[in-house]
Amino acid sequence: MAIPGQQELTQLENFMEGIWKQNPVFVMLLGLCPALAVTVSAVNALAMGAATTFVLLGSTLLVSLMRNFVPKEVRIATYIVIIATFVTIVDYLIAAISLELYEALGAFIQLIVVNCMILGRAEAHASRNAPIRALTNALGMGLGFTIGLFALGSVREILGSGTLFGVSLFGPDFQPWVVMVLPPGGFFVLGAWLLVFNWWRNRTPAATGTLKPAEGHSHG
Amino acid sequence: MAEASLGQIFLATVLANNFVLAMFLGLCPFVGVSGKLNTAAPMGAATTFVMLVASLCAYGLNYLVTTFELEFLRLISYIVVIASAVQLVEMVLKKYSPALFRALGIYLPLITTNCAILGVALFQTAREYSFLQALVFAIAAGVGFTLALVLMAGLRERLNLATVPNVVQGAALSLMLAGLLSLVFMGFAGLGSGA
Repeated sequence: MAIPGQQELTQLENFMEGIWKQNPVFVMLLGLCPALAVTVSAVNALAMGAATTFVLLGSTLLVSLMRNFVPKEVRIATYIVIIATFVTIVDYLIAAISLELYEALGAFIQLIVVNCMILGRAEAHASRNAPIRALTNALGMGLGFTIGLFALGSVREILGSGTLFGVSLFGPDFQPWVVMVLPPGGFFVLGAWLLVFNWWRNRTPAATGTLKPAEGHSHG
Repeated sequence: MAEASLGQIFLATVLANNFVLAMFLGLCPFVGVSGKLNTAAPMGAATTFVMLVASLCAYGLNYLVTTFELEFLRLISYIVVIASAVQLVEMVLKKYSPALFRALGIYLPLITTNCAILGVALFQTAREYSFLQALVFAIAAGVGFTLALVLMAGLRERLNLATVPNVVQGAALSLMLAGLLSLVFMGFAGLGSGA
């Protein structure tokens, strides 16, 4: 993650990194628990993505501002407390905005604290870069995460309930593929997306230079 | 919910609501450490221990924050306690079993960010479990986590011997496998129902 030549990335590349090359969901396989648990519908997926992006931006800003003051030994603990603060904020915010959404997402809002993607970004990027740079990268990562969740949520909602954003797509005769909104469906759909990306990579061997192989998957 | 018997809670949490396969908690170690059987089992044991400690602490903390009406501090205090518990496990392992310590590597400190641990603490609070219920819940969650990890490790050890097309290698295959396992565990749905 911490490539020595990272300083030379332009702001646009820095931003695009999270959306494509290091997409947290599809390339790094980070933050899988919320990615699979709440993506039973497109709306849930977007809400979760937005909440995570908010926490990511807030904690990135603080971590980046404090990067020269935090002693190395206690940095992880500091990051976690910062992240937990923002998660508490978002938890109360969502409860205030939509109780329905709050109940659908359940404990997974609070579990944003332990989303490894956020801690990973704090450690690998925000703690080494100035606020503007870190924020750009965090925004890209957050959007990439949201896109990933949406890709999972929309497919699961279409197959599992025959709807998208609650709008029926196939009429009343559609027989929903219920397993897709149940837990196994989460694994299957993410597995299928990874298959698609693998196939894409293998199909265009010349393009492997621009698209990194999924070597990050062992980071959990 | 609070009147569910201990046996019910145990069965439901280990099988029907398995933390990994039905609730999607603790997927990072599930994907990362399930390559070999002899690291999967100790990892499960370490996680179970941390869960137990976290559950006990969370029970006490929840009592404190509710008494003093500081609910907004709940999450922060939970995560700090869990981080300290993990630190403790790390030190004990480093002293008594350096080989295992090295084998678990980066995943040991990452137990802190294992959502299963915080999940135990949060769910027991949300379901208003009594002290004893919370204890059983934490042990069952740990056993369920270990079970899923060990099953997956066994399967993946076998898979290493099989020849598969390039396209499905790596994470894609693991996830499909996890999906099948999860499908199997769905067969337990309703067991110890009510939880």
